Amino acid sequence: MIGEVATKSSRHRAEGTARVRDEKPWWDTFPWWGVFIAGVLAWMAFQIRTQDDYALAWERIIPGLSLTLVATIEAFAIALLLGLTAGMGQLSRNIVVRNVARTYVEFIRGIPMLPLIFTVALILVPETSDYVNQRLDAWFGVTYKLSFQMRATVTLALIYGAYMAEIFRGGIQSIPPGQSEAGRSLGLTRRQTMRSVVLPQAMRAIIPPLGNDFIAILKDTSLLSVLGVLEITQRGRQFSASTFKFREGYFVVSFIYLCLTLGLSLLLGVLERRMTRDRKGER
Amino acid sequence: MATHPESGTTSMISLRGVSKTFDKTIHAVVDVDLEIAEGEVVVIVGPSGSGKSTVLRCINLLEVPTEGYVTVDGFELLDPKTDIDHVRAEVGMVFQQFNLFPHLTVIQNITLAQRKVRGRSRSEAVEVAMGQLTRVGIPEKADAYPRQLSGGQQQRVAIARSLAMDPKVMLFDEPTSALDPEMVKEVLDVMLELAAGGMTMVVVTHEMGFAKAAADRLVFIDEGVIVEIGLPEEVFSNPKHDRTRAFFDKILY
Repeated sequence: MIGEVATKSSRHRAEGTARVRDEKPWWDTFPWWGVFIAGVLAWMAFQIRTQDDYALAWERIIPGLSLTLVATIEAFAIALLLGLTAGMGQLSRNIVVRNVARTYVEFIRGIPMLPLIFTVALILVPETSDYVNQRLDAWFGVTYKLSFQMRATVTLALIYGAYMAEIFRGGIQSIPPGQSEAGRSLGLTRRQTMRSVVLPQAMRAIIPPLGNDFIAILKDTSLLSVLGVLEITQRGRQFSASTFKFREGYFVVSFIYLCLTLGLSLLLGVLERRMTRDRKGER
Repeated sequence: MATHPESGTTSMISLRGVSKTFDKTIHAVVDVDLEIAEGEVVVIVGPSGSGKSTVLRCINLLEVPTEGYVTVDGFELLDPKTDIDHVRAEVGMVFQQFNLFPHLTVIQNITLAQRKVRGRSRSEAVEVAMGQLTRVGIPEKADAYPRQLSGGQQQRVAIARSLAMDPKVMLFDEPTSALDPEMVKEVLDVMLELAAGGMTMVVVTHEMGFAKAAADRLVFIDEGVIVEIGLPEEVFSNPKHDRTRAFFDKILY
């Protein structure tokens, strides 16, 4: 009796899901949001093309694009190195390495980005640079000067390095221990096993969140404006403050960021789809 | 107590007083002594959770014994001066879950360690790999990815991958337990041929047919202790201990 009821209900459920899947119309899965956003972007572009105030804002702001992109790529590259080092460091057998890595990650993640940028740019770098330059001069006969742009970029990299450390650690730990065991039992060293067996597989789990971090860094380069770096946001601020055309200034700033981030998400989506397709049927 | 038919001669594998305790309270292996001669095939059986896999994994130090000594081919594994990677290259291991590298093709799976550990050239490694693939009967799968193979084929590739290193010892950790029934034979056939060829083998398995056909000695382990050890027919047909008898009564039919 009970068995009969269970069978009946499970058959109903099976039919139910089958019916929904089979009859799902095209407009149910169609990406309407994409059409909407494309429409908004087209409307924004039209405004910029046709209205003089918007066109002027565009002219004044768009030169900041290269600084934004350069800062993004630099911060991302440094963060990748930091993240990989700290991520693997947390899995190290060496107690010192493990704790240094963990300290870095926990410490940095606990401080908001804006105060950290000020701390690094206005306190840490000035207070250490005299001493470091003295040493550099004495030993190598060179000195350095870190621009505000570089100070902020390095701060961004420090912060995202800590986030990425967690991504790398998670990716490495997602690989079943049997993979390392197989590598080690063939005589590969720990390092060889990590490089040839674990990391290549972990990349699959790591690339999508890294892509998200790239987009997040791109947006957070707007914080460089607090140090007066002439990237997109700072140029928007200056334009708005000098002309009182806040609407036009921030409209253009938002438009540029949207184009960049949406374009990158589309690319990322394609990349992820390709990776999951390769993966089908894998054990 | 483990007795060796040829005691006095040097063993390929020697476990003396080996114990493994997990989390200070779980005694997986208790005071195991086992001498295995070159060319000998030893099959380890026992109930699940009895510690037989742990014993096997102590032989290439995937598990580090809490107590005792392990010697393989004259190398004292727990001596800090011993290069464990060097010893592992001489000890092939085949896992229940195959553990092929999914991001590499079959041929890449088999050449990776040959090139990195043995320092062979690409062409030499590929030649050895193709030889081993032919030996396990699937040379045509060289460029396939593991996911494209059946379980039996994957396990045969895993065996070929180990054999390509020219190991002195092969360890098998329940090599057929994850296979569909119709694929068990193709893997056992490869193992039988290997045993006939004189390879030193330690095999943890539930395949009593393989034990009867290939084992020089059968070891019965329960609760981490070697309960009985001897010729397979003797242990099967005339177990000396109640625990052994109870075990075989349940699985032999």
